[in-house]
Amino acid sequence: MQATSHTGYAGHHDHDSHGHPTGWKRWVTTTNHKDIGSMYLWFSFVMFLVGGAMSLIIRAELFTPGLQYVSPEFYNQMLTLHALIMVFGAIMPAFVGFANWMIPMMIGASDMAFARMNNWSFWLLPPAAILLTASIFVPGGAPGTGWTLYPPLSIQMGMGMDMAIFAVHILGMSSIMGSINIVTTILNMRTPGMTLMKMPLFCWTWLVTAFLLIASMPILAGAVTMLLTDRHFGTSFFSAAGGGDPVLFQHIFWFFGHPEVYIIALPAFGVVSHVIPAFSRKPLFGYVSMVYAIAAIGLISFFVWAHHMYVTGIPLTGQLYFMYATMLIAVPTGVKVFNWVTTMWRGSLTFETPMLFALGFLVLFTIGGLTGLVLAMTAVDIQLQDTYYVVAHFHYVMVAGALFSAYAGLYFWLPKWTGHMYNETLGKWHFWLSMIFFNIAFFPQHFLGLAGMPRRIPDYAQQFADFNVISGIGAFGFGFSQLLVLFIVIQTVRGGARAASRPWDGAHGLEWTVPSPAPYHTFEDPPHFDQAEAHG
Amino acid sequence: MLTSALGETLERSPLGFILVRFRERQGLAPLFCHTAGAEAGGEREKMARNSNSNRDSNCLRRGSTGPFIAGLLALFSGAANAAWELNLQEPVTAVARRVYELHNLLLWVIVVIFVGVFAVVAYSLFYHRKSRGHKAADFHDNTTVELAWTIVPALILVAIAFPATSALVDMRDTSEPDLTVKVTGYQWKWGYEYLTGDAAGVKYMSVLSTPREQIENKAPKGEHYLLEVDRPLVVPVGKKVRILTTANDVIHNWAVPAFAVKTDAVPGFLRDTWFRAEKEGTYRGQCSELCGKDHGFMPVVVEVVSEEKYAAWVGEQKQQLAAVAEDPNKVWALDEQLALGEKVYATNCAACHQANGAGLPPAFPALDGSKIATGPREAHIEMVLKGKAGTAMAAFGEQLSDTDIAAVVAYERNAWNNKLGEVIQPAEVKALRGK
Repeated sequence: MQATSHTGYAGHHDHDSHGHPTGWKRWVTTTNHKDIGSMYLWFSFVMFLVGGAMSLIIRAELFTPGLQYVSPEFYNQMLTLHALIMVFGAIMPAFVGFANWMIPMMIGASDMAFARMNNWSFWLLPPAAILLTASIFVPGGAPGTGWTLYPPLSIQMGMGMDMAIFAVHILGMSSIMGSINIVTTILNMRTPGMTLMKMPLFCWTWLVTAFLLIASMPILAGAVTMLLTDRHFGTSFFSAAGGGDPVLFQHIFWFFGHPEVYIIALPAFGVVSHVIPAFSRKPLFGYVSMVYAIAAIGLISFFVWAHHMYVTGIPLTGQLYFMYATMLIAVPTGVKVFNWVTTMWRGSLTFETPMLFALGFLVLFTIGGLTGLVLAMTAVDIQLQDTYYVVAHFHYVMVAGALFSAYAGLYFWLPKWTGHMYNETLGKWHFWLSMIFFNIAFFPQHFLGLAGMPRRIPDYAQQFADFNVISGIGAFGFGFSQLLVLFIVIQTVRGGARAASRPWDGAHGLEWTVPSPAPYHTFEDPPHFDQAEAHG
Repeated sequence: MLTSALGETLERSPLGFILVRFRERQGLAPLFCHTAGAEAGGEREKMARNSNSNRDSNCLRRGSTGPFIAGLLALFSGAANAAWELNLQEPVTAVARRVYELHNLLLWVIVVIFVGVFAVVAYSLFYHRKSRGHKAADFHDNTTVELAWTIVPALILVAIAFPATSALVDMRDTSEPDLTVKVTGYQWKWGYEYLTGDAAGVKYMSVLSTPREQIENKAPKGEHYLLEVDRPLVVPVGKKVRILTTANDVIHNWAVPAFAVKTDAVPGFLRDTWFRAEKEGTYRGQCSELCGKDHGFMPVVVEVVSEEKYAAWVGEQKQQLAAVAEDPNKVWALDEQLALGEKVYATNCAACHQANGAGLPPAFPALDGSKIATGPREAHIEMVLKGKAGTAMAAFGEQLSDTDIAAVVAYERNAWNNKLGEVIQPAEVKALRGK
């Protein structure tokens, strides 16, 4: 505590010459948005590797028919933890890391609004991650219910389930604190002259995302708490025998779960909306419609939850309503894609690694969006629900959408963070390996799903064998290609060509007006903001 | 044939080499048909089709799949290797056909949109690159264009909504069925009970019949590996069958892709769906909601038969019902009871407690030497009858007869190291049922 307040005090006088705790104390006590941003990013990368290793266990088991390496119980635990870790441990913290690093620098603020709460919202994550992964080793193992935790199956699980419930509670607290911080920072700390409609689009996507988080995380917390009391304290929220209904849980879960999809996707849209204009050397097309599209997507995402539940026996009128509402989302999403395409149109394009990942995002996210349109049709969805078609669809949206966009952001801002240029050749290798292996891994899963292979099974009938081999080859290739990014980042942190303050000639925004690497404290006085750095 | 030549080229490529060697090692059918010979190819096709329906189905599927994708995959598939399924299974009900056609329509719509959008992108990527000396324009707004690409997609969606709505309305119309079957999901098997029609009263369990050795790779896998059961659901062709679903423990899902039927089975609630199969044959599906450890091992098999065959089958079932109507007062001897008990154990208990009684602790406790299986017999019988709340231990009272429960309890008390030498009479079970 003493060290923290000392840092804050010293910070006012002197940037980075003396007064900071060093070593591990610096990281535990830091309130600096850049330090915290870096910790979020490293944490998410570690979790990404853990979750990725679990997916390789899954793909190894599925490489051929028959049970080879793991038992069905362990298989179920792996698929559950893979999803929970990737969603809550890898993707969400990665974008919070970007937000921490970039939002203050983009809006000309000296730090996040609640710097000390920022420290706490990060340090809640490791205990949650430990609870979640350690559940593998307790009697009964980790929950084997899938990340959706549907009762009554989740009622049958051992104490690993309770650990997962507490992990979700802690992660939810962290997300809510982070979101309050981001909303306050964006609304109150913009430099004079930066009106909301001149704000960088990444800040807009995070503003909407933060509201989605504040609205939806308590709902998830409520759902898992009801699960907890059903498990241990004799309530019957989800048990018909006591007057409850198992399907009630699904309604509550997906009322959180669908906004969650956009919590992951919107910041990804934000990153891409910076990278594409920079490498097209042309302003973003349709800034205003982008903002409205983000707001529309955020709002509609609360009214489509039961499209995850078409086969649960909801009434026909319910199915029709949710089908129409879901189709509606295609309109603002389409607007965004068209805007990105038009931004490139008649630009002056170059293809450095960030741009490659942004283009990869555009192609693959569009495929994921279009298969989403197919799945929106209730009658077709009933054939495809709980098959590999759905697995392919959401990996196109989550991996190609969120992860590729995170990589675009990483390569785009790495020179600003480290002061060095990354190795462009290796970056391009990373992109092409990821792009090719991703499609080998996931495109065939569309066919598996159409042919009727259910998801979440450890063994399958023989006619599914061929595509599973291909998918397995792709998954292992994709997994090992990701080690390349670790090498590239470490190499860039340690050295390399010096980066100019604006290493990309087409990039605009206040973050490019400070030197590279960005000093420990930036914008202690609000900077002058003029049209040259404005978005929109 | 062109595809066959390409197949040969591919087989010689590194990926092809790996796939062929790999499949040989696994004892699977060869990947490339020209290597396998026509016979093996045909066998494989049959396996893939997953039903014994007619050959003409392939024309439908190949013809209506996006040829763009089909062509790409045909490269890999050699001649007519139908294991590389690219589209939904061949529909055998009117509803499934509408779904099939709706999916094809949507596939074309999304392919056209995708090609349209990325043709523009491709043009930009090629002509508007800096390396070709292209200078960036400076436009960033155009209200007309932006309105157009908001309104046009909305209109396309409205157009799609019409067929999507009418298909769904059809799908949900469960009125006026010819017969009704109640389907109950158990961990991990299906229970069928005919409620109306000639077979009313017929009731049985349907369990995976693939031998354990095949699953553990100790024996070659059969044609219908994991998609076969001991007793399929039998229904007459051309009749409207209404399916009521429910479950005993957790949520399951009863699905048959060829009928476009997929409905959750929710414990404590009834859901319904229907189908009218147009062709005789065996149609296979799987549980489609994660339901615990053996979720992947509870297939759905429906046999659609002619009216005459159905009538004969119903007669047979009724006869059997009468024949096995047990004498509840029969007094059992140890040996004959253990023989019956072992069978009941294998079907109902071995998935969790294992054939050797060692269980899979802690979720599925051992019975060998356990407190319940060696303690007072009343507690043991009650456990089997009523299950244990909050665990996977089901209440078998609703599933098994007094005779079966007596036998399985006796078996558990005498097998492995539990040599108690007790015989349990069905009357004891009956006495405990009411309590």
